[in-house]
Formats: sequence, C-alpha cells, structure tokens
Amino acid sequence: MKLIYEKSSPGRPGVRMSSIKISPTEEIPAKYLRSKPAQLPEVSEAEVVRHFTALSRLNFSVDTHFYPLGSCTMKYNPKACEAAANLPELTEVHPLWPQLRGGGLLTQGSLAILYHTERILSEITGLAEFTLQPMAGAHGELTGVMIMAAYHRDRGNTQKDHIIIPDSAHGTNPASAQLAGYKVVTVPSDDKGMMDFDLFKAALNERTAGVMLTCPNTLGVFEMRIKEICDAVHGVDGLMYYDGANFNAIMGRYKPGDMGFDICHLNLHKSFATPHGGGGPGAGPVGVVEKLQPYLPISRVEKTRDGTYALNYDEPKSIGYIAPFYGNFGVVARAYAYILSLGRDGMLGTSNRAVLNANYLQEKLRPLFGEEFKGRCMHEFVFSGEFLRKHGIHTLDLAKGMIDRGIHPPTVYFPLNVPEAIMVEPTESEDRDTLDRFVEVMAELVELAKTDPEKLHEAPVTTPVGRLDEVKAARDMRLSYS
Amino acid sequence: MKKTPFCATSERDQAEMFEFLGIGDFDELFAEIPADLQSDLLDIPEGLSEMEMMQHIRKIARRNSTNLVNFCGAGFYDHYIPAAVNALASRGEFYTAYTPYQPEASQGTLQAAFEYQTAICRLTGMEVANASLFDGGTALFEAVMMALRSTGRNKVLVDQGVSPIYRKMLRCYTQNLSVDYQEIPLGSNGVADRKAFEAALDDTVGAAIFQNPNFFGCLDNLKELVDKVHESNALAIMSVYPMALSVVETPGAMGADIVTGEGQSLGLPLNFGGPYLGFMATTKKHVRKMPGRIVGETVDHKGRRGFVLTLQAREQHIRREKATSNICSNVQLCALRAIIYLSLVGREGFLEVGRDCMDRASYAWHKLAKIPGVEPAFNRRFFNEFAIRLPKDASDVVSALVDQGIAAGFPVGRYYKGMENVLLLAFTEKRTKEEIDILVAKLESVLKA
Ligand SMILES: Cc1ncc(COP(=O)(O)O)c(C=O)c1O
Repeated sequence: MKLIYEKSSPGRPGVRMSSIKISPTEEIPAKYLRSKPAQLPEVSEAEVVRHFTALSRLNFSVDTHFYPLGSCTMKYNPKACEAAANLPELTEVHPLWPQLRGGGLLTQGSLAILYHTERILSEITGLAEFTLQPMAGAHGELTGVMIMAAYHRDRGNTQKDHIIIPDSAHGTNPASAQLAGYKVVTVPSDDKGMMDFDLFKAALNERTAGVMLTCPNTLGVFEMRIKEICDAVHGVDGLMYYDGANFNAIMGRYKPGDMGFDICHLNLHKSFATPHGGGGPGAGPVGVVEKLQPYLPISRVEKTRDGTYALNYDEPKSIGYIAPFYGNFGVVARAYAYILSLGRDGMLGTSNRAVLNANYLQEKLRPLFGEEFKGRCMHEFVFSGEFLRKHGIHTLDLAKGMIDRGIHPPTVYFPLNVPEAIMVEPTESEDRDTLDRFVEVMAELVELAKTDPEKLHEAPVTTPVGRLDEVKAARDMRLSYS
Repeated sequence: MKKTPFCATSERDQAEMFEFLGIGDFDELFAEIPADLQSDLLDIPEGLSEMEMMQHIRKIARRNSTNLVNFCGAGFYDHYIPAAVNALASRGEFYTAYTPYQPEASQGTLQAAFEYQTAICRLTGMEVANASLFDGGTALFEAVMMALRSTGRNKVLVDQGVSPIYRKMLRCYTQNLSVDYQEIPLGSNGVADRKAFEAALDDTVGAAIFQNPNFFGCLDNLKELVDKVHESNALAIMSVYPMALSVVETPGAMGADIVTGEGQSLGLPLNFGGPYLGFMATTKKHVRKMPGRIVGETVDHKGRRGFVLTLQAREQHIRREKATSNICSNVQLCALRAIIYLSLVGREGFLEVGRDCMDRASYAWHKLAKIPGVEPAFNRRFFNEFAIRLPKDASDVVSALVDQGIAAGFPVGRYYKGMENVLLLAFTEKRTKEEIDILVAKLESVLKA
C-alpha cells in the first residue's frame, strides 16, 4: 500500500484549521523561525480517512481474530469501558488544574476515579497502598525496584547489590533491575518449570536486595514454594517483587500480598481489559506493603476529612516523580469501568474461566505436542515445537501457518528456557468453538509439517505481504520515507 | 455464582469441559496449590450491569468542571482535535491489536508507525525517530542514558529552562545510577546562560539538555551553544513542543544530537495527564544506541514492500539487563493519533494552527502588558506561551480567577523560588479574542481588588 506521503500532492487541502484571525503585534526575528514548513502530507480529508481505514484492515486484532498471545492476555476490550473513559468530562481535564489553588475542587471526578481504583486494587492484591502512575508494566517494574532501592538506602542496607530473577522471567525484569542500579543474578528453572529452589537458595545472601517473580510464571506454572521463597528473602531483609503480567490467572482467588510479596505491578492492559493499542498505551500500577508506603512516587491521591479528594506532594522519603502527573488516566478509567462491571464475584469468575480455557486447550493439544511441563497449567501454557525440527519445521513456520488460517499466532520463542517455545493464552473471552477450532488448526499444521513442510515454509500467503526480510531491514536502515 | 460478564463459555460448555478434564469444579484446577494461599472473597462492590456502570461513571465524571476557559499550558496544551482523529483511532483493528510481533498480520500498525517516524523526522529536522516512548519526561531521561552510553561519560548539564516537571523526573530516575546531575540557572533574559554553560562544559560532561521554547515560553536559537557542546565532545539534547515546530527553527538545524518531546499537542486529549506521547529523534550515527521500538522498511520474498520492527538487538527481550532501555509496551496508539492528526491538518493546516496560536499569544501579550502593575517577565520572543510578573502572588490571583471560571495560567512559584508573582499563560487556536479580552478585564479587576 502507498504511504500517505506518496499520496500527497502540493496544495491539496486537509481539514480546514484556520480560525478567525487576530493580528499579531510584532514579528519574531527570522533566526528563531524555520525557513521551510515541515513536509507533512497534503491529502484531502476523505483520502486520509480511506488511507487509515485501509491500513487498519491489514491488522489482526482482538476485534477481528482469535489472538492467543501468551503472556499478553489478549482478552476482549469491552466497548462500554471505551465509552466511559471517552466521556468529555474526563478527557478534557488539564492535569495542572488540581495544582491551581481552588482547582482541585474542579477535578473531583477524576481524583475520585484515581482514589477508588487505588483502593480496589489494594483489596484485590492484598497490598496496603497503590500508585497508578507507572505507564506500562516495565515502568511499574522500574518504579518497584526504585522503591526497593529507597527502602534499602533508608535502612542503611548498603551491602545490597543484586536482584535475583529466574530465567523464565520477561526481559523487562532484568532490564528494570539494572536501571535501578542493581546487578542481576539469574536462577534457572527446574524440570517442573518453577524457579530451581536449591539454586535459588545458593544465590540468596545478605547482598540480595530482592527477588522478582512472575506467579504464575511465564510457563503458566504456579510457584508452589512461594511461601518458602518469601520467608527466605525476608530473612535477609530482601523484598519480594511480583510481576503481575499474569494476574489474570489468580484474580479474586489469590492475593500477592497474602502470598508474601512486598511490591507488585499489575498490567491494566492485560488482566483489566484495557486495549493494547497496537503496542500501548498501557498502565502498570504498583502496590506495596505498609512499610514501603513512604517511598511511593509523588503525588498521592488522598481523601480528606470533608470527603473531598486532594493531592499530597509532601512525601519526604518518596522516590520522587516517575511520571509528569498521575499516570495514564485514560487507561485507568477504562480499568475502573471494567472492575465496576466485574465486581466481587466477577473477578473470580474471570480467572476461573481463563484457567479453565487454558487447561482445556492444553489437554486437547497434548496428544499433538506431548508435554513440556506436566500437570495443570494456570491461564496459559507452553509447549515446544522441537519435535518438528526433524522435518525442517520451526515454531515460526507453525506461527505463519496459523496466520493463513485466520488465527493470530501465540507468543513464540519465549520464554527463553524452552526450545522452540509456543506459549498459548486463550483468555476467558473465547468460547469453546474457538478453542476447538484452534486445536483443529494445530492438528492440520502438524500434519502439514510432517507431510508437506515446503507448504509451511511459504506461509503466510493470504496476507498483503509474505515473510519479510528482517536482515535487510536491519542492514538498510530505511527508517523513514525520503 | 452470578453470571460473569465478558466470559464466553456457557454453563453447558463448562460442564463438558470439566468432564473432559476429569474435574468437578473450578477449585480442582487449583488443587495442587497450597490451600492456605487462597484468599477470602473480595471486599469490593458487586458487579454492575453495563447501564449501571455507565450511569455511575457519568455521575462521577460530572464532578469535574470542564467549562473552565483554559490558559494553563506549561507543556500540555488544549488544542483542537479534528473529528476524524477519534473516528480512525477508534477502529478496533488498531486499538485491540498487540505490539506488531507478527509483521505479516500487523502491516497496518507498522506502516502507520513508519509514517509517524517520518513525520517526527520532518518536524524536528532529524534523520531517525523511534516508534514512541511513554511521555516527554521519560523520553528525556532515555535521551540522557543514551547520550551517556554514547560518550562513555557520566555528567549531564541541565538548563533550568527545561520543564521543572521533567527535571524532577530526571532527578528521580538518576538517583540510583552513577550520573552526575547538574542544573544551570536560567540566564537573566529568560534563556540558557551561555557563559555558565561554557564554564561548566568539561571532559566529564556527556550531555547538555535544553528546551525550546523553554518552560517560560521563551524562544532561543541554540546553534552556537550546541557548537560549544560539540567542541567538548558532549551531545546536545533538546526537548521541544511539536506544535511550535510549525513555525519555530528545528532542533536539527541547531545541531541537536537527540531530540525528545511531548507529542500530546498532536491530536491527543489532555486526559488529566495521560496517556501522552513521548517522541525521540536522533541522527543515523546514534541510532543503535536509541531506546524503544523502531520500524524499518524491507521487502518480502516476492519483492513487495513491507515494514518490520528492526534493530531489535538493542531491546530488553533480546538483551535483557544489557538492553538500551527496559521499555516494552510504548504508546503506539498515541503515535497513531499523531500521524492521523498531522495527515489531516497537512502541511498548510499545521502552519495555520501554529500561526493562530502565535497570533493569539501576541495579542494577549500586548493587552496584558497594559494592565497597571503587570510586566512581561522576559522578552517578546515566544511562540504561544509567556510569563508575566504580577504585583501580587500569582497563586492567589489564579485562585480568584478559577472561581470565575477561568484557568488563568500556571503560577510558576511552585517550582522557581523568587518567582511567586510570576504567571505563565498559554494560548491555543481554541481561545477566542473575546475570551482573551475577558481574561484581561477580570485579571485587571482582581489585581485592583
Ligand atoms: C511477564 C511480563 N512481564 C512484564 C511485561 C512488560 O509489560 P509492558 O509491556 O506493559 O511494559 C510483560 C509484557 O509482555 C510480560 O509478559
């Protein structure tokens, strides 16, 4: 498809933007001004609408396809949550208004949403306090490990120099730990997919600042010895960090705080049904136990004695400003609408069905793929495509074959500790017919891999482009149109 | 148990699935997990129907007053958003997709991102741009890390004309890293202090950070100062307001090495602080040190053009703790809004919006300066925002005007000691002559009172 710049022609008017003129009082000297206007497209409004509508049709999405992308929780994004968050009374509020004296009273609605969302997230995670400021999961992780660092500094724990992370962890965990000034110690997984307990104990010492765990982990396996792990870490005054990317499995049933975690982030763009936007915006709120509350980022939303909401900037031990304001408010508002819709029973009802769908699919697929990890899974599971290597077929080939059959592929080649990994997360949004169809498609693809692997190497053939040359992209570095 | 909304399996499906799995109920799925971990039922309200939920949120939302006439900017601006931006960005094919990991099934997101990167390059006068970062503040921090990695040095000099909100964020993010963070006080004319910078530039400095227009709205041409930064082998980082780039000299032309900014003004609502759009652009030379996703052009086996995420060896999913950043999800939908906005208004329209903003500010400046006791804080060179000094505490004045339905600006005393009487006012194309006249009249009467 042509680029919008290739459709441009000089003088073609877009949306009429100029309003009633007000004459300026003076001109600004030329040295401060650009000599030529930016070469933006010159395309009619109708053509712009067609262009982006046509582009949208080139995408797979939850609204158009089954999208069982493991670790990403691609559940349905309710339209009512969109409608609620798009109310102009919410979208048109300037973030600095509450900082104008008297202005806080004009933003009580937005502040109330923030306050109540924090309270509810505290209840469902079993953690004392929340901040909604982090703007994605990774940003929540960084906030969390910075809170860890502030705690240790405050306690005089100067020897703390590393964070323990299992090898099944998402890449953002080690990257975030490093950005907060910590070294990373990686612990391998055992044959059940859990962090190897003996190797973990061997790695743990007085210099351990904390441990970052995903539970259930990225293999879809619950860390059974979580209590022992937490106790051991607390024994050296370390802190337990919960990566909540997989919270959809346990929502309403288990609370990270009750398990012994001290800090946790949730991905609102996963468990709480806010759309992923083709790569964001998300939100990664962070909850902490009571003793870590003083280190949370500034500002804090509070309810005053007269029942109004206010922002508190006076937190001397806080890590400071991680965001310009109060986080991705628009995303939080969607999650709030979702939480109100689910309510008390709906949380458990949701995680139950997410786990049921995953187990059903795993059992149905076992005859095809054998078992990577035995027993029940949580909301997702991983299997390996290694057995197809002898036919010259890789996980990537299976993935491309799925695209031709109208299914967005699961996450592939992650987690890194499983060769040819395929990670499937159906979510509670899918009905049984969709799950059964997925099984049929997988069976067809495995059969094809064995009988006519060349066909799979050619996939996808139904998309606007076939497999793209990534080496060429990196070598040529054509990163903009010229 | 009540029906759970948004779940697709029927009771009958469930019963059959239970049977297939050889279990009697949901609890058995969790049987292997230690029983003492299970929590009690949540203490949150019961679920609402869609209608009840909408009524509830409408009621809360009404507690906001959105009919304030807004002159408050300070980096976040109340611009008009053409209807087609919302219509197109609300297409489920865009907003319910994930990050484009499977390029053949994501050409829509990828091509739009490539077009966005191109637009950012053209606005800033730079060679390459990434596909987005969270916001202008985190983008600035990422730029600092990028510059320090590139130069192998650990000191950064930050002009105090850089947004105080972003400076607080920089301090926060650098507190655990071996970064020597030094701020340089603003020059008396409201722009970067040349002499102070030149004196502070030594061979430990990896980056110098400027903002143009700066927090006070003042315009500068930083070319000569950037040359000095380069003479000491450091990199120049510039944070910019993209709407100003309709008319203001580009950071590229001034020699900037890394450009960042807040893209909210390009078709994103104010939304009480987010989601916003951090953008970053740089030169080809530094692209491998750049954080975040980057979309590149390539071809498929038949030679057809297509787009992919590229140079991924910089990123956390491959490099883990050695990555250029920890960022994973960015704000792709916000970048999409920006490219839709820029395409809709186009070359001419963008220029017109910029001129309208500038003309309104110019008109207001002239009028405000005539109020007895009011003085411009700095000189006359601004785009759409400027600071004035009042004969009274600016926070008190703003408070009085808020009561009359006007957000008269941002009192900067909160961030700058000794500037308690200084008020920062922003003007967008949405403000009318009448509104400006009312602002002037009411301000005058509040000052008299
Ligand atoms: C286990 C896990 N942790 C962290 C993240 C990072 O979340 P985000 O992309 O919101 O930064 C992800 C996202 O894919 C994840 O799956």
